[in-house]
Amino acid sequence: MTTASALEFETVIGMEVHAHLLTRSKMFCPCPLPSLDSPPNTDVCPICLGMPGVLPVINKRAVELTIMTGLALDCQIAEHARFDRKNYHYPDLMKGYQISEYDEPLCRNGRLEVEVDGGKRGIGVTRVHLEEDVAKLYHVTNPAGESYSLVDVNRSGVPLMEIVSEPDIRTPEEARAYLVELRRILRYIGASRANMEEGNMRCEPNVSVRPRGSSELGTKVELKNINSFRHVYDAIKFEVERQVGVLRSGGRIVQETRGWRPGTGEAVPQRSKEYANDYRYFPEPDLPPLAISRDWVEEIRSRMPELPAAKRERFQARYGLSPYDVNLLTESRARADFFEAAVALVAEERQRAKAVANWVNGDFAALLNAQNVEIEDAKVTPQHLSELIDLIEAGTITGAAAKAVFLETFAGGRAPREVVEERGLAQIIAGDEIASAVDRVVAANPKAVEDYRGGKQEAIKFLVGQVMRETRGRSDPNTARELLERKLGGAAS
Amino acid sequence: MPLTRDEVQHIAKLARLGLSEDDIARFQEQLSSILDYFQALRRVDTENVPPTSHTLPLQNVMREDDPRPPFEKETVLANAPQREDDCFRVRAVLEE
Repeated sequence: MTTASALEFETVIGMEVHAHLLTRSKMFCPCPLPSLDSPPNTDVCPICLGMPGVLPVINKRAVELTIMTGLALDCQIAEHARFDRKNYHYPDLMKGYQISEYDEPLCRNGRLEVEVDGGKRGIGVTRVHLEEDVAKLYHVTNPAGESYSLVDVNRSGVPLMEIVSEPDIRTPEEARAYLVELRRILRYIGASRANMEEGNMRCEPNVSVRPRGSSELGTKVELKNINSFRHVYDAIKFEVERQVGVLRSGGRIVQETRGWRPGTGEAVPQRSKEYANDYRYFPEPDLPPLAISRDWVEEIRSRMPELPAAKRERFQARYGLSPYDVNLLTESRARADFFEAAVALVAEERQRAKAVANWVNGDFAALLNAQNVEIEDAKVTPQHLSELIDLIEAGTITGAAAKAVFLETFAGGRAPREVVEERGLAQIIAGDEIASAVDRVVAANPKAVEDYRGGKQEAIKFLVGQVMRETRGRSDPNTARELLERKLGGAAS
Repeated sequence: MPLTRDEVQHIAKLARLGLSEDDIARFQEQLSSILDYFQALRRVDTENVPPTSHTLPLQNVMREDDPRPPFEKETVLANAPQREDDCFRVRAVLEE
């Protein structure tokens, strides 16, 4: 049944993304941007409070970040742009209108390439425009049973960029890939923190289905209240199945907005804002229009860093790494930079790249993740990692000791060589010290020795482990193994 | 061509205005005469005139991204008709 429906219907998804821009002040007033823990109504002035008679002034940096986003998405950058008023009444909208861009957005006709299961597809970007965010509402029911809302104006006037895609997305996987890549780009160019959980990146997929082969669009449903990549995927999947179910049972899809409920795994109809489609846009009289010179655009382009897709390609070509490694390394610009800095410290870059990648994507990433630290804030430097790998390759320390050293460098920022010396972790080269440890281990573990002699090859691994433990990781495991085999081998035959 | 009652009521609703029956009749007439004036403007030949959104010869009026201290919270909340803790309190809005 599911297979049959997948054959007969095609999913069509368009994505609207809103992202807070990483400016220092608000869109139209000099208030600082609120942080996640700003107390209510403390980053507010008469302009973002919507008092009568105040005048907004455009934040130049916000315009530049929007243009840079447009460039990163292969958009055409408008020569003329203009702000408009979008009129509606709602308690989170202080002025009774939102300043936005209606028919002259800063960027149009872009494209973002996404990769799903090795296949690449271009998703059209209809437009990127600039607007302001609204205040935050808290819905309250007090012990007396009264229901009301509380307004925190901090978020009012925060620069907000809207990125609208063409209805080119065909699967929940593609929708997720689009958002992941978009987030990566926004972070690379420093346009936004783009964190869905923190609410500074929000997405609203428009979902419809149509008979496969049809070129007409079905009735679309807009999904809201999605605040993680997991939810995007789950919500779209749910909605597609629901729509296919409705159509199969002879029903019709109603155009509406549905809110995702992660608890029950359903998207349920939301009461929409009244007359929501009657916004009566008109040009914002308080803001003179923008004329965007090509010189300015080129100047912004010249400040743009290497984008994720270009970096992935370069990393594969230059360092000969697998797509898997490269994907992880280029997850953030800081991680990619760390990798390149560590690799660049040695002459044989290509040989070293794999070892550095393994550390950066492995132990290092795991520690950063577990302790919730960003790589740029870590105490480990590219020099440290390079030095550690030198120590391993020179045979000075074992892999096991290296992990311990890395932990210590991670915790305290001390150079690996220093840690090795201080803690006496340098590998015991002297075979006789290992040999005496082997003697002690053999004496202490008669059962394992007997198993091994009885033909159970696996038992040797346990014994090697015991030798490593006995020498606090300072033995070369291969030497330990050889010595063990020699000692036990004679008796086994 | 006078505006219909429904049109006036729709406009009033968008502006969150409550109108009496007399108001509706009066605004039907007044708003209609405003629209008639636009009908007069429509007769002007604008074939070669680009649409004008602003009358002042200004463009690219922007400020640098420099934050300045916001207002004191008490000043911000001073005009709140209703206040609870440090927030404005408003009638319940139901979105979900």
